[in-house]
Amino acid sequence: MNRSDILRDIAPVIRDHLVVCNIGLPSQELHMIDDQPTNFYMLGTMGLASSIGLGLALSQPKQVIAIDGDGSVLTNLGTLPTIANNVADNYILLIIDNGSYGSTGDQPTYAGKKTALAAVARACGCDTVVEVAAKDTAQALADALAVRRMTVIVAKCDSGNIKVPVITKDPVVIRDRFMTAVRS
Amino acid sequence: MSISEQIVRDLVANNIAFVTTVPCKQLGGVIDAVEAHPDIMHVPANKEDEGMGLCAGAWMGGKRPMIIMQNTAIGVTINTLVTLTQFYRMPLPMLISYRGELKEPVACQAEMAVHTKALLAQLNIPTYHFHKQADADELDAILKYTFMCNKPVAILTDATFWGGY
Repeated sequence: MNRSDILRDIAPVIRDHLVVCNIGLPSQELHMIDDQPTNFYMLGTMGLASSIGLGLALSQPKQVIAIDGDGSVLTNLGTLPTIANNVADNYILLIIDNGSYGSTGDQPTYAGKKTALAAVARACGCDTVVEVAAKDTAQALADALAVRRMTVIVAKCDSGNIKVPVITKDPVVIRDRFMTAVRS
Repeated sequence: MSISEQIVRDLVANNIAFVTTVPCKQLGGVIDAVEAHPDIMHVPANKEDEGMGLCAGAWMGGKRPMIIMQNTAIGVTINTLVTLTQFYRMPLPMLISYRGELKEPVACQAEMAVHTKALLAQLNIPTYHFHKQADADELDAILKYTFMCNKPVAILTDATFWGGY
């Protein structure tokens, strides 16, 4: 399974929750698979999905799922101590770890080599960290939503991308639609 | 009332409820007052672009944000200011210590100081410069302006404003 297979699997689980989705192909794939007003698509700014998600979770009571990638977490590795030390039990960070920078042509990341992001998250102080195989991601997400405890999920999957159109929605439209969903 | 207390008073009066900070000696008094205030959630960040991500999320969640940082951070955060804060049209007051100005003891700070206003101008970021303590009387209006126009706005505070090092 690759990232788009995981996104198809988890779409029914995340549909009714606030989702902050990582730049590039992850947002484009989620947008194509199941566009929802509760999805905030990042069109730029690599690395900040987890930070935006945490700020959102700390500021309102609805459950928030940040969908990030191994490469983007490595770009903003300082996010993990901030998450660990500012506990929001309505926050789930899903790191889809395919060991590569998918959007730029599948160059390998260090997470696909010696670096284990689940161990990094634990060392940073995140209390609940689970590493799952790709096929178990939807169940792990459903479990984390049910217990309502801040959780970092590292879902290991294959690299590889599907053909997907870019998002042409205006960023202010994406943001305004999302904020309306947050308030509703 | 100290100048730091006055600044935090204005933040609270403008319903700023989420503040992220990267440490600074000059802004230490403000950071302490932010941390102590019951109406403000204080989330220290490890890097300024991370802090701007936190602020974007907080604002979309209904809390007015602010970031407190040094001017060196302008060099770190240009991509985030342009592709997140400005592209999605989000308000972000930035309280910035303007290192490298008069009374600066560390030569390296001057290297970034000479670029600070030029970079902010290039980014079309409204910029205010507090040099004397009375300049802080405009903070309330600057904050109202920021949340009126949904832009990042820079408030540079130099060493003379803070009374030296």
